[in-house]
Amino acid sequence: MTVLTTEPLMVETPTQLALREFHPFEASGARYVYLVPSAGIFQLDEPSGAILDVLAQGPRSDDEIVGALGQRFSEETLRDGLTELQQIRVIGDVGAPREQVVNDLPPEGFPLTTMVLNVTNKCNLACTYCYEYGEDKIVDTTCSDQPKFMADDTARDGVEFLLKESGPLKVAHLTFFGGETLLNFPVLQDTVAYARKRAEEEGKRIEFSLTTNATLLRPEIIEWLAENEIGVTVSIDGPKEVQDKMRVFHSGKGSYETVQPKIKELLRVHTSRPIGARVTLTRENLDIHRIYKHLHEEMGFWEVGFAPVTTAPDRDYEIQDEGYVRMLAQFGELARDWLEHAVENRHHGFSNIKDTLEEIHKGVSKAYPCGAGLGLMGVSTGGDVALCHRFAASDDHNFGTVADGIDRDKQREFLEEHHIKNKTDCHTCWARPICSGGCYHEANTRYGETQAPNLHFCTWVRSWTHTCLEIYGELSERNPSYLARFDA
Amino acid sequence: MKNLKPINQKAGRIEAQIRREQLDVVGLESQPPEGANIPLGCSLVFFPGWEVDSDGGTAGLCQPVERDLFDCHLACFWPAHVPDQLNHSPDWTAKCASAQKDWRKLDLVFP
Ligand code: SF4
Ligand code: SF4
Repeated sequence: MTVLTTEPLMVETPTQLALREFHPFEASGARYVYLVPSAGIFQLDEPSGAILDVLAQGPRSDDEIVGALGQRFSEETLRDGLTELQQIRVIGDVGAPREQVVNDLPPEGFPLTTMVLNVTNKCNLACTYCYEYGEDKIVDTTCSDQPKFMADDTARDGVEFLLKESGPLKVAHLTFFGGETLLNFPVLQDTVAYARKRAEEEGKRIEFSLTTNATLLRPEIIEWLAENEIGVTVSIDGPKEVQDKMRVFHSGKGSYETVQPKIKELLRVHTSRPIGARVTLTRENLDIHRIYKHLHEEMGFWEVGFAPVTTAPDRDYEIQDEGYVRMLAQFGELARDWLEHAVENRHHGFSNIKDTLEEIHKGVSKAYPCGAGLGLMGVSTGGDVALCHRFAASDDHNFGTVADGIDRDKQREFLEEHHIKNKTDCHTCWARPICSGGCYHEANTRYGETQAPNLHFCTWVRSWTHTCLEIYGELSERNPSYLARFDA
Repeated sequence: MKNLKPINQKAGRIEAQIRREQLDVVGLESQPPEGANIPLGCSLVFFPGWEVDSDGGTAGLCQPVERDLFDCHLACFWPAHVPDQLNHSPDWTAKCASAQKDWRKLDLVFP
């Protein structure tokens, strides 16, 4: 038996300190660390930055560090700095184990926040890159047993499903999707009316939104959208020559001339919700500035979001390396532009940056890339519940039906399999708190399995995340009050 | 923190956690300071306890905290969070003449 006294233990060899996992960045002349995996952000003062520089050359004892920097800073400052850097785990004992990737699953019965109803799988356009009909489709809807249009009853079952599965949440979101959503306008009308009534009875609120290609907008539809405060996202690629390259009718005719006046009318009449444009970027279509300017300034969309096309590796519209460099550079410029607006509390319509900044602000550290299969689910025209809208009607990614509810065993299995703990490639990546391996649909298209991390995207994801960190750091210096907008 | 400035919400939470970890031991008779980690005793179910009651207070316990300490130490029928004086640690309280004053002298025991 040994009884320890409170006298300090004699330590023979001084502990060697070393850098731990973090990502450094600079903004407005100050230095910051983004902690991995906790996703906290700290600003460094000069001495703590200098300590990290010393340790970047290799492990050192604290006395060695104090010795190396003793000319520049007082011993007390350095010791404080060493303590604090250890406390936030930017540095630590050289032999200390890496931070483990936590492997806890979300709690049983995690509430559904968003349900995406695919009200039809037909479309009046034939966009070359479409993931639903194009070369990379998961389900061939032309020969599946799913109905072409969702029936009223199925949509109503969907509403009941959402009300039930949203559990304690007071607000739930219902998004209509397709195919071309407006091909099934009657079901939209019925569903919204029904959902409003039922939500009220349950003491809840449902928010609605839809995505459309805008070809079928008519005055009465626009009025209905405005009256019912339906959020609208228009899929559009940009000015005429860009739009008409990929977004074509079945005849091959471009759709710009058709949609342009309808969108103008939509933006004029529907002012109860902000209306956004969603652009698919392809190899041929990467003039992001011009697209942004056209859609935001000339057409008047409140927001414009961009996403690179999802393709198998060999498609001729796939964005390749030099394309990503170009895309990133332009994203960076738009982000700076956004920042200058935010500093003056002005609105800027580049929407990609906002979601990332919100995640950075909160310090989210994700076990899953997105809410698919967790807080978000897609529903096929026949009422099958899927991982998300992009997997609707796929038997391999099915989680039950709106009538029978979520198959919790399947969901659990999915969550087990797709947890970041299994994505060993990502375990050394500093961007994992935000990326967590990336979109399942992208992975499925690219590698044939949803579990795969999207390693073809890493450089781009890390560069973009780095840019967003710089923007965040600079905003926190120049207009910290703006960040409160991300608090909610 | 003097050298580091928390910037985002998560950093604020990390800083608060570090501050909590640095709190000294405090008497639980008074209102525990914000963020104090109230230890959960062995005794929430079986015995009024030498730590705290289920609300985190000690005032309502049936005997004073130092009395409970010795109670567990000497005669506890349940494997309590104190050394076993009968078999392994007969001298554990030797430096602690008065528990109220000298309790800091009670130290960890490794078998
Ligand atoms: S997919 Fe790439 S960027 Fe994303 S977390 Fe994994 S390694 Fe990092
Ligand atoms: S899997 Fe991909 S498409 Fe589906 S919700 Fe997640 S990010 Fe979006």
